[in-house]
Amino acid sequence: MKTFNYHSAKDVKEASKLASSNSAFLAGGMTTIPSMKLGLASYKDIIDIKRIKKLSGIKVSGKTVTIGATTKHSEVASSKDVKKAIPSLAALAEGIGDPQVRNRGTIGGSIANNDPAADYPSACIALNATIHTNNRSIVAEKFFTGMFETCLKSNEVIEAIEFSIPEKSSYQKLPNPASRYAIIGVYVAKHKTGINVGVTGAKSCVYNDKDLAGALTKNFSSSAIDNVKISSSGMNTDIHASSDYRANMVKAFAKKAVDAC
Amino acid sequence: MASLVGSRVERKEDKRFLTGKGRYTSDINIANQTYAIFIRSPHARAKIKKIDTSKALKSSGVVEILTGEHIAQDKIGGLIAGWAIRSEDGSEMKCPANPPLAKDSVNFVGDPVAVVFAETLDEARAAADLVKVDYKVLKAVSNLSEAMNSEAIHDGIEKNLCYDWLLGDRQKVKEAFEKADKIIKLDINNNRLIPNAMEPRACVIDYNTASEEITCYTTSQNPHLSRLIMSAFGGVAPENKLRVVAPDVGGGFGSKINLYNEEIVCSWASKKIERPIKWVAERTESFLTDTHGRDHITHAELAVTNDGKFLGFKNETIANLGAYARVFGTVTPTYLFGPCATGVYIMPAAYSNVKAVYTNTAPVDAYRGAGRPEATYTIERIVDKAAMELGMDPIEIRMKNFPTEFPFKQTLVHQIDSGDYVAGLNKAKEMADYDGFAARKKESESKGKLRGIGVTSYFEACGIAPSPVVMMLGCGVGLWESAEVRFNPTGQVTVYTGSHSHGQSHQTTFAQIAADELGVPMENIDVVHGDTDKGTFGMGTYGSRSLTVGGIAIVNACKKIVNKGKRIAAKMLEASPDEVDFKNGEFVVAKSNKKKTIGEVAFASYLPGVRDEVKSPLPEGDEPGLIESSFFDPANFSFPAGSHICEVEIDPETGHVKLDKYTAVDDFGTIVNPLIVEGQVHGGLAQGIGQALYENAQYDDSGQLITASYMDYTMPRADDLPNFNLGFTCTKATTNPLGVKGCGEAGTIASTPTVMNAVINALGGKEISLPATAEKVWKACKEMKKSNAKAA
Ligand SMILES: Cc1cc2nc3c(=O)[nH]c(=O)nc-3n(C[C@H](O)[C@H](O)[C@H](O)COP(=O)(O)OP(=O)(O)OC[C@H]3O[C@@H](n4cnc5c(N)ncnc54)[C@H](O)[C@@H]3O)c2cc1C
Repeated sequence: MKTFNYHSAKDVKEASKLASSNSAFLAGGMTTIPSMKLGLASYKDIIDIKRIKKLSGIKVSGKTVTIGATTKHSEVASSKDVKKAIPSLAALAEGIGDPQVRNRGTIGGSIANNDPAADYPSACIALNATIHTNNRSIVAEKFFTGMFETCLKSNEVIEAIEFSIPEKSSYQKLPNPASRYAIIGVYVAKHKTGINVGVTGAKSCVYNDKDLAGALTKNFSSSAIDNVKISSSGMNTDIHASSDYRANMVKAFAKKAVDAC
Repeated sequence: MASLVGSRVERKEDKRFLTGKGRYTSDINIANQTYAIFIRSPHARAKIKKIDTSKALKSSGVVEILTGEHIAQDKIGGLIAGWAIRSEDGSEMKCPANPPLAKDSVNFVGDPVAVVFAETLDEARAAADLVKVDYKVLKAVSNLSEAMNSEAIHDGIEKNLCYDWLLGDRQKVKEAFEKADKIIKLDINNNRLIPNAMEPRACVIDYNTASEEITCYTTSQNPHLSRLIMSAFGGVAPENKLRVVAPDVGGGFGSKINLYNEEIVCSWASKKIERPIKWVAERTESFLTDTHGRDHITHAELAVTNDGKFLGFKNETIANLGAYARVFGTVTPTYLFGPCATGVYIMPAAYSNVKAVYTNTAPVDAYRGAGRPEATYTIERIVDKAAMELGMDPIEIRMKNFPTEFPFKQTLVHQIDSGDYVAGLNKAKEMADYDGFAARKKESESKGKLRGIGVTSYFEACGIAPSPVVMMLGCGVGLWESAEVRFNPTGQVTVYTGSHSHGQSHQTTFAQIAADELGVPMENIDVVHGDTDKGTFGMGTYGSRSLTVGGIAIVNACKKIVNKGKRIAAKMLEASPDEVDFKNGEFVVAKSNKKKTIGEVAFASYLPGVRDEVKSPLPEGDEPGLIESSFFDPANFSFPAGSHICEVEIDPETGHVKLDKYTAVDDFGTIVNPLIVEGQVHGGLAQGIGQALYENAQYDDSGQLITASYMDYTMPRADDLPNFNLGFTCTKATTNPLGVKGCGEAGTIASTPTVMNAVINALGGKEISLPATAEKVWKACKEMKKSNAKAA
């Protein structure tokens, strides 16, 4: 591992000020540390944000669930409030990686990293999330811009993610058998305002599948999905799943999700 | 005293392992040690044009950098194949040189070319980045099925063929096949596996400049063998100047049988730089350079009559050796494989033909089961296919072809001393509620799921001994085992064994058997292993041999102790030795009812003089002390056997295979400790199931390992596995005094075909290759649906 400067920021302002194009925030470290160890990434400054109290915690209002950026997956998974308001979100968190990862990894780190196979981005899409940073509030559809890319500036700190509470929702994931990231994950959410189908793992970046959402808007049942054609073009292919399999699994898991709603 | 053999004694090892008090190689630090980092080839096949270490040598903290040139200058020998296998035409096998650091060419990604020693690990790493190796990259041979038609990797080894081996009689097979009603044909793979011991390989070397002795602490399954090879073939130091210690070792599964490049290089270098050296593999290095397992392509045929009698069997197999032939590399796909290829059946004619080829991949060697899983997979899959094609029940066809009389002369090599295959399968059938399967299948179908049941009956040949047999088959050493049993004057016992425990719990099992033999409480017995400076010699642990060979050496040494004890006791009790009986730790003279405990006798054995009432108890001709050793070479291999049954439920929409029920009934002969044996079976099952459903080492066309981390290499996890339903039958081995047969590999051997038979049963007989990943199963489900629709 190359040497780096370690800072522990006392507040968001300091964290932001320390940041540069050659730094990383340290939340759970579940991505940053392995990448550094493997020599895939190196930084001049590591800015620890775990001590910033206001970045962690879960708040539920009538219409939304707001989760602080450094809230751990295990905290979301076990939160009574989340389980009550959006059970599918708690279930998603429970299905991330393994206990060690869940006890360190954070929601802010997950969405900032925007791994094409990460689970949370699909929740942001499906649950009309707003990502609150120290500078602005960004809607999920604009936040995720590409593979491992978001619209975040290098000195921008995610403070919290605000999810709309849907009428019904379910997240169904086909885990990569080795890593347990999503080969595909489909998050179906029915809101008063409309239906979203957040799909992760399938392509280079999470997306809202408008065809599936459209079919479900007409008829919210798994049979409505049968006739939706899902093309495999643009879908990922790797040793665990071909693009053709992924395309078919998007459909199969969308159906599972609708059935589980 | 109740017998300890057969009781569920808790493991003596548990306290140490469960409280983090184990002492592994990487826990050892020696003052003033340097840290080694190996520079490894990033290419699967290349010529080394030049290695430039000038910049790296100037890097901070660097002590020395050594390359293949230095190895050659010092005439340090390379790694070897331990078994010489001959081809069908009588020619000798062809093995390339395998220098510990490559000098002219590299042959797999990870092949070491140089090594940096530095004051700290970080400095070693930083310097390693500065070593410049200029390669001429050549086209890699990474595909097993094309290896024989590819350019030769090693000079003079045409078609990349190590040998083309045959066991059995082609003519007899031809005649048998001519008589058959039906020939069942099967083409299968046996997927390549990476052993993934929890503890990565490591070595710590301490060279003593005064005594000129090298101590090598290492992660080995057989430290004496490593010392022998390092001395006799590596030329690192004479055996008396070389001490190899394998302390606690966190799993081996065969991958730590071999002496590796790093151990030779660091032992040699420690003497050169006159500094201790520490090297610990990173996980990626383990993936790349630990010996891998399996990797076969097989065509098999089974000749049958219409009523399901087997007439003959043959297999033609291509086995991957990887880049070099290592210790058990050449025997694993031949004598550990071929003899088991006819399974537990009466098979009037058979042959097994294996072509072992080199590829630009990591060396392939023994991996838990070594050859026997591959053989069992072949025969058990084709037997199931035969049942399906003949419209027979898989249990019925097996029962029909089991031998019922023992000893049973198996077709190709083995004379199986004991067994009861019918009883085992019947018990498995009952425990698995085989007859209830149809109802469960219906229930699954009502939920839109497919359900399949799979059966496997297996035998295996364990012990990898007797020496005369293994040496006749090509082994370079005798595979006996030794033990020494020492009584201290105050009555505790130390048992030295040449077996090595790296998860097998020898400290418990061996103490149990010694306690029974000597009548001494188990707490007073210590088992010592893993150090060439302690104990006689050892051939190590693999092939489920520790108890059947090493354990018996202990029993025999104990018997010698008791015999000497009888002579001493006789003198003490004023009787003749044949009047002395030994029972429950006491020497008793029946006629006078006088007795001495073995502790008293041990004490007396060390005090051969006269003082007060102690009068020289030593009989004439006996030396003081109560220490005996034994080398045990059994009369034959041992032959565990059993039947496993499992059920899977498949979701045809996703191809996900859920392993729903698993029943294993094994005959290991006498069971010394059921708790430990069950643990061994559980672990073995997990590994075999891993092979069936998850694990798959894959190289791309350029020879890069694309499953070089846990992000891509799928290990089985606890939540993938059902509760295992275990049962045992017992026919004692007749070739050793305990009647034990060995249990370490059985789970791995039987479970892969059991699971695959269940998956293929659920798929209505549709073949899929190993492992049965979700996508493959999903595709098969789709095709099945299509053909069902057509049929309707
Ligand atoms: C073995 C393993 C298995 C995993 N399995 C899964 C899985 O199944 N599903 C899944 O979704 N994920 C999985 N993960 C990822 C994990 O859950 C984390 O979500 C992920 O590693 C990032 O979170 P973190 O808190 O660890 O971020 P860190 O590693 O600390 O940071 C990651 C990146 O995010 C940035 N960042 C962090 N916090 C903020 C913030 N508040 N504002 C702005 N930028 C920020 C950092 O600068 C850095 O670039 C797995 C990880 C591992 C190691």
